[in-house]
Amino acid sequence: MDLTLHVERLGFRYGRTPVLHEVTLPEVRATEVTAVIGPNGSGKSTLLRCVAGFHRARGQVRLTGSDVGRRPDGGGILYLPQDPPPPSSITVFEAVLVARRIGGAGGRRQDHEAHVAATLTKLGLDEFATRRLSDLSGGQRQMVGLAQAMTRRPDVLLLDEPTSNLDLRNQLQVLRLVRDLARDQPAAVLAVVHDLSLAARIADRIVVLHDGVVHSSGPPAEVLTAEMLGAVYQVEGTVQETRDGVLTIAVTDSL
Amino acid sequence: MTAAPDLSVPAVSARAQEVVGAHHSRLRRKRLILAALVLLTLVVVVADIAIGGESLRIGDTVRAIFVPWDAPVVDTEIVWHIRMPMTVTGILVGAALSLAGAEMQTILNNPLAEPYTLGVSAAASFGAALSLVIGVSAIPVLGLIGTAGTAWVFAMLTSAVIIGFSVLRGPHTETMVLLGIAMVFLFTALLSLMQYVASEAQLQQVVFWTLGSLSRASWPQVGMLAAVLVVAVPLVLRASWKLTAMRLGDDRARALGVRVERLRIVVLAGISLVAATAVSIAGSIGFVGLVGPHVARMLVGEDHRYFVTASLFSGAFLLCASSLVAKMIVPGVLIPVGIITSIVGVPVFLGLILSRRRKLWT
Repeated sequence: MDLTLHVERLGFRYGRTPVLHEVTLPEVRATEVTAVIGPNGSGKSTLLRCVAGFHRARGQVRLTGSDVGRRPDGGGILYLPQDPPPPSSITVFEAVLVARRIGGAGGRRQDHEAHVAATLTKLGLDEFATRRLSDLSGGQRQMVGLAQAMTRRPDVLLLDEPTSNLDLRNQLQVLRLVRDLARDQPAAVLAVVHDLSLAARIADRIVVLHDGVVHSSGPPAEVLTAEMLGAVYQVEGTVQETRDGVLTIAVTDSL
Repeated sequence: MTAAPDLSVPAVSARAQEVVGAHHSRLRRKRLILAALVLLTLVVVVADIAIGGESLRIGDTVRAIFVPWDAPVVDTEIVWHIRMPMTVTGILVGAALSLAGAEMQTILNNPLAEPYTLGVSAAASFGAALSLVIGVSAIPVLGLIGTAGTAWVFAMLTSAVIIGFSVLRGPHTETMVLLGIAMVFLFTALLSLMQYVASEAQLQQVVFWTLGSLSRASWPQVGMLAAVLVVAVPLVLRASWKLTAMRLGDDRARALGVRVERLRIVVLAGISLVAATAVSIAGSIGFVGLVGPHVARMLVGEDHRYFVTASLFSGAFLLCASSLVAKMIVPGVLIPVGIITSIVGVPVFLGLILSRRRKLWT
């Protein structure tokens, strides 16, 4: 049985303010990408942080499947924060090497370095390898963050708005990489995505979060509807499917 | 739960090999810079030993250091019994303050942090003043350990308060810095009180203590600081990947598997011990703990495998160079080194900052 992430009846509050109420997600399976969408303040990032174990939440987060605990590399859950690594005098290579070496990873130094170099090359960051993070744009640093996640090869990857600082070309590249990573690793990916069209492109399944509860979930074509846009985002819009099956969302509200 | 890297080695493309090569060439450059820094420190150390009331030639000094049985007795006497204790104190105190500053800046994610940010120096000064003015011979334990020991006890006490708060309320950087500032105000006020009630002779002693000097250290005290460093440096180096990750922000470090809160408290406890021991021996020597790490960062970046060593040597270099200047400004008069570190160091540091296009912290 493939690895599966189960999130059941998750509840969390910041002080007295409730943020998540009994959130149960559909199973997030290895090779699949599940996108979490919803308006600002709906609890998307908090949900990811609870699953990552950053917050003590009520409910259950479980990994099941015959693969769990059997991978020689350890696997595990990796959370990628929304903000890119901050500017510093650490180089791109060092930043990714750090991600690989933390946690007492054994193995030879040369092997770790080879892994980092291969990851940077795959992400197109090879030309920046010896540049300092402070010399990179926010988008480039975002890519470094993704390289840090990829070099760890997690079982479950939690991405908090992985494309928020990227231009259109890099958004598509990152989404493609995330899809490849989910398929090749294989890894279960749970990603918070703001752009609904991108969510439709990347995700096998979409979960709509509204006021800390799951409004709806399922395949993109079932979830992304004009009714959902009205009920959750309070906007009028249409969802169209192109001939090659790509869903596009058009907001018809006038400014 | 966090992911651990897989240990399989991917097929390495020619391009990836080039990337590794570029990384290695950068590491070679860092090692060369470190070697140059070590060499420069050695030069300053020898000069510091050679120069004094009775100056020796460099060649004679080197001979007295390395082949004392071949050197004139007077030279070995001057080198080993008069100059060496001060210079060794300078090396160790400089290295200790700079290491403490480097890690304080790292765990607080604050370029302005230094060993004294959390009140270590103010508390030590108060402890010393208490010992000198009131006299602590009547107080059990404090009476046995003298002025330096009392200074150490109070420096550790203020650290213990901040560590205690951090354990109870969470080690948030803002809270730790604000608590430290509160400690600085409290102990500065108490020091003023001691100065107010002190006699003229006691006041002179207190002022001299707070100025910072390398001349009052005893070999056992120096040995104690060396022992603290021998324990602390390997521990910091062992945590070098995690400490480097701290500069990527709390969230990202946590995501990568660093137990951020625990590391912050453990490192704080360790560097408090290092700073408290250094301050109790040499008094309040400012500037080195703040600037040493910045110089190291300029030279080798923030990969802690190199940054820690560079911080140790830049601190040792700064303090020994200041000690040298302190002896040379007015021949025959030994100006307290704490005054020199700031007067000479600040313009040098400003020059370094202004000559760089790159930002200091990022």
